[in-house]
Amino acid sequence: MQTALFIEQILNGLQLGVMLFLMAAGLTLIFGVMGLINLAHGSLYMVGAFACAAVAAATGSFWLGLAASLAAAAAAGAIMEILVIRRLYERDHLDQVLATFALILIFSEGTRWLFGSFPLYLDIPKLLQGTVPIPGGSRYQLYRLAIIGVGVAVAVGLFLLISKTRLGMRIRAGESDREMIGALGVDIRTLYTVVFALGAALAGLAGAMVGALQSVQVGMGEPVLILAFVVIVIGGIGSIKGALVGALLVGLVDTMGRFLLPQLFGMLMPPSQAGLVGGALASMLIYIVMAFVLAMRPQGLFPAAKG
Amino acid sequence: MKKLIAASIAALAMGVSGIASAEPIKIGMITTLSGGGAGLGIDARDGFMLALKNAGDAAAEIEVVTEDDGQKPELAVQIADKMIQSDQVDILTGIIWSNLAMAVVPSAVAQGKFYLSVNAGPSPLAGALCNENYFNVAYQNDNFHEAMGQYASENYEKTFIMAPNYPAGTDALTGFKRFYGDDVAGEIYTQVGQTDYAAEIAQIRASGADSLFIFLPGGMGIAFMKQYAQSGVDIPVIGPGFSFSQDVLPAIGEAALGVKNSSSWAKDLDNEASKKFVETFQAEYNRLPSIYAAQAYDTANLIVSAAGKASVKDAEAFRAALKEADFDSVRGKFSFNTNNHPIQDIYVTEVVDEGGVLTNHIIATAFTDHKDAYAEQCQMQ
Repeated sequence: MQTALFIEQILNGLQLGVMLFLMAAGLTLIFGVMGLINLAHGSLYMVGAFACAAVAAATGSFWLGLAASLAAAAAAGAIMEILVIRRLYERDHLDQVLATFALILIFSEGTRWLFGSFPLYLDIPKLLQGTVPIPGGSRYQLYRLAIIGVGVAVAVGLFLLISKTRLGMRIRAGESDREMIGALGVDIRTLYTVVFALGAALAGLAGAMVGALQSVQVGMGEPVLILAFVVIVIGGIGSIKGALVGALLVGLVDTMGRFLLPQLFGMLMPPSQAGLVGGALASMLIYIVMAFVLAMRPQGLFPAAKG
Repeated sequence: MKKLIAASIAALAMGVSGIASAEPIKIGMITTLSGGGAGLGIDARDGFMLALKNAGDAAAEIEVVTEDDGQKPELAVQIADKMIQSDQVDILTGIIWSNLAMAVVPSAVAQGKFYLSVNAGPSPLAGALCNENYFNVAYQNDNFHEAMGQYASENYEKTFIMAPNYPAGTDALTGFKRFYGDDVAGEIYTQVGQTDYAAEIAQIRASGADSLFIFLPGGMGIAFMKQYAQSGVDIPVIGPGFSFSQDVLPAIGEAALGVKNSSSWAKDLDNEASKKFVETFQAEYNRLPSIYAAQAYDTANLIVSAAGKASVKDAEAFRAALKEADFDSVRGKFSFNTNNHPIQDIYVTEVVDEGGVLTNHIIATAFTDHKDAYAEQCQMQ
């Protein structure tokens, strides 16, 4: 039984990891290319979840909802970039943080105005309901395996996009030297909008997929945003590879910490005490890891090459 | 400077309108109207306002100022100071969360204001920190958990218990074990605001428990129940009413069907006050009321009943009038214990599908005339 539990927890860690990767990839891409800190990335996650829940409720199809979440988050991202973010590239990070924090408030209140304060309902699609057997004799939820699959597919897709396509080439060029690619005649404004919309769509996808597992409600994006920031700080800001490794590391450390620490303390003290102490320490664990990584490698595990 | 002048004018205007009517009562309602916990605060506010509306002329002299605390203790404290000092309220009410109540209540009652709790009932305020001006019209935090502990001890052998790691969470598991005993199948404290429970569900699956007790209010409960239903673990779930109240049931969906939980009120409770409450609430807001709305409705009716007997300016008389609890409670019977906390029945309810709408029906009475465990520690002068 213990092996089965262990395998199940590793899968849980991976699933949390790839979900964080979807968030962190957009965040790190936007920072890498545009040098912008986007606090409102969590709002795009929320937009994706609400769009999916609303469309799924109206049409009865999760898949239409998923498509809607991608479209809505990308559209929201593009509009946000054109109306607000575009004016911030030349400003310092403090202005960017202030403006994108304001966007969080606008998105949250706007969503509350449209959908109300009560959580929306979004269910897992019929096709992915139920569980499948895993090695060790236990069973694992099919939908979570699907999330892992989507995460891996997105990671491969992003890798191919950035290393093999013209758009990817421009993104890489934009990371190394913004002025130069502008001077070479690349339409940098459009490139920025496209990158922003791409990052937003990934956040929206994460929001929609997680919305079916958790609750779709106003303010759901902020806790995930904090974890995503931890991920990109650990992975190295601006690096997609760093985001992937950081996300998997955070996902596994968080899950295994919550699972193993209370048991570890259980050997030393009574169970209810161990639960309290272990639980408290487990919630700090990823920040301890972040502090450790920052002390050893201040630029993160895979720092993006800067021109 | 301009702002200051504007604020002073507004304050003056309010003061003048206050003088215009004879002996009005001014109530300051601090509750959560934004953020993840907003559903609870909105229900409480709506229940409170509905009671005043239903009371008609009896509540004509009652004025309510409402402000949003955003579920943040520091904000709640600021609002309370402002309401006491510049709005000059007589009574404060509305706080949903125990950590906010702990930040606001002791200083408010120390300044001679009345505080009537519509929901939060942290143990210190029922015990060592009790105060003659603090009335809890809802429950002491442990009560609903105690009821489930009692129910589990009668029906199950090995219960796995789980709650978030914060004061109300530890109160919950303590309350449960007070009636169940310490021999649980496992005990987990989760993070407050946690949204993914895969790791915990794996442990529950491996534990060999025959039942699962959870206290996960708001979005946490929704997330957990959906994930639990999908995980294929079929250990029955029980919990306090907060995890399965009317505000979260639609979002949990079918996963909640059949879950046993505890509450001091459910909408099928057979009495006139409750029927009128449910009917008028549905007519006014077009949704079913939750336990939070019911408690706030009772709170407002308690104030109206006391106002009919004494002036709020005469603290002694008003306090005595409150203590009588001479109002038609939606809970049927209701009275105050020595520590100004309720003596009431607590029921076991079950989530059922009522014509496509999920709601709770009462299936048993867990406690009759239940008192909280902290009353003896209360040295009320």
